Amino acid sequence: MSKNTVIEKIFKNHSDEEIIPGKIVWIDLDVVTARDFGGPNVVKNFNHYYNGEEVFDRSKVFFTFDLTVPPKTIQYANNQMLCRSFAKEKGLKVFDIDKGIGTHTLIENGLAVPGKIVVGTDSHMNILGAVNSFGQGMGDIDITFGFRQGRTWFEVPETVKVEIEGDTSYNYNGKDLVLKVLDVLKTDKVLGKSVEFYGEPIEKLDLTGRITFLSMITEMGGIIGFIPFTDSVREELIQMSGLENIPEEIIADKNAVYSEIIKIDISDIEGMVSAPPYPHNSKKISEIGKVEIDFGFVGSCTNGRVDDIRKLWSILKGKKISEGVKLSVVPATIEVYKQLMNEGILKDLMDSGAIISNPGCGGCAQGHIGMTGKGEVMVSTGNRNFPGKQGDGFNYLASPEIVAYSVLNGFISDREK
Amino acid sequence: MKEKILKGKVWIITNNKNELVPDIDTDQIFHNAFLHITEIEKMGQHAFGNLEGWKDFPEKCTSGDIILVGDNFGAGSSRQQAVDCFKALGVSAIIAGSYGAIYKRNAINSGFPIISIESLEELVKNKEIENKDEIELDLLNGKLKNLSNNKIFKFDPLSKVQKDIWEKGSLLKI
Repeated sequence: MSKNTVIEKIFKNHSDEEIIPGKIVWIDLDVVTARDFGGPNVVKNFNHYYNGEEVFDRSKVFFTFDLTVPPKTIQYANNQMLCRSFAKEKGLKVFDIDKGIGTHTLIENGLAVPGKIVVGTDSHMNILGAVNSFGQGMGDIDITFGFRQGRTWFEVPETVKVEIEGDTSYNYNGKDLVLKVLDVLKTDKVLGKSVEFYGEPIEKLDLTGRITFLSMITEMGGIIGFIPFTDSVREELIQMSGLENIPEEIIADKNAVYSEIIKIDISDIEGMVSAPPYPHNSKKISEIGKVEIDFGFVGSCTNGRVDDIRKLWSILKGKKISEGVKLSVVPATIEVYKQLMNEGILKDLMDSGAIISNPGCGGCAQGHIGMTGKGEVMVSTGNRNFPGKQGDGFNYLASPEIVAYSVLNGFISDREK
Repeated sequence: MKEKILKGKVWIITNNKNELVPDIDTDQIFHNAFLHITEIEKMGQHAFGNLEGWKDFPEKCTSGDIILVGDNFGAGSSRQQAVDCFKALGVSAIIAGSYGAIYKRNAINSGFPIISIESLEELVKNKEIENKDEIELDLLNGKLKNLSNNKIFKFDPLSKVQKDIWEKGSLLKI
């Protein structure tokens, strides 16, 4: 009887080799993508090493532009042109600068579905764990190889099982939960591992909450994370993907072998923030004292879905943000943007004082929708707060709800003052 | 044939308390302000350009140098530039306790020797290796020799894939 974890089963379905943790195997790729970042070098590499050759399968290779959309400098404009002309020559589809964040676009276009292996030049490809795909971020050499060969080498990761438990009356969200878990796992406990999360406190997250949670596997140093589907999550995915049906979810065997089992009790959870200078420096909001802010940001691949921005709206509606505080909102994709527009949410947010940007990676990609000046403080729904990432100031990571209360109050908080 | 034994001066990437800096992410190695750069020869000048205390590294570094860095080196983004900027400067190898997963792949795929020594922090703390020591790395036998004190430390030699790619110089030549 097989005793495989989720990642091992996905690898088995994509390889002829025996799948054992620690072993390096060759696996077939279902979808290979490059962004406007990484993409230009993929094109250069491809033309250098595979001059005149074709990609392995035109229906599986895509460009997704999201980093600097529209291009903010001539270099980025040239880089995007290079990718577009390569795509035209090779017959590849480009999700261009109007579409939004690549990983989200892949979900919305039914390209990332359960059991698939999807790679791209984005370190947060692993948000695709939320739809039971093995998403993996890669550099441009890896992706060039994937474009041509449709396969890659991979060291089969060990799998850690994380059991989340504990009762609480605090109405936490995906971001609170992941920051709480990050506080325990830090960057060493699951480094280079696949992680399976179990337990009612996490399985009750909806698809949006799961995208938030699993995007931050990267900040734990993990390869990928999975949470078992519920019926409603499956329904949400069918809706989001526009597909009539989706493949069966890959689940772990009953006797799957884990390198470690970690239990995390979340019963003392409250609003969580991650203080600079790194994401795993996460704390309860009651522990950070009064932190006055200059900027709020809601968006990114971690918190840029309709429900994320709706939560911000539900708190801000009819109110003005605090004098002197700036708030930027960046929907993840054009579909998210349109829905928010149709529901009147964007107008209400503007009335509250928000700046709304077109969809994409703005907010994390430097300079696209503003940065902090020296010593300024930002509270952001992004996933990284390393020094210099979003300007010269200090960046706190938190949920859309916390950003909402913070921009109302002028200091980081999870309720109205 | 590739040089199997590398020899070079080491830079130990420490903070102001003389400890190895852990979790140096790709924005500290090669900042996202320069992601548009696609020519490798233009990348070297930005290496460690956002790492406090090391912003002058490109001027200090000479070809053949080896860098010693803290755990989880190269956490964060998938940018190949965070590997290429060191290649551009002629850095011959990186030694760390551990690496960010994508960073490790990127280095291996471009045929750049990266080595893991779990006890690196201890070695640095106990001054068994010090800044600017000359060391010798035997990549295939997994031996680091500090030529300044003749001490020898072991590491896992290159794996088969790593060796195959390193010998050819790039995954794309396989």
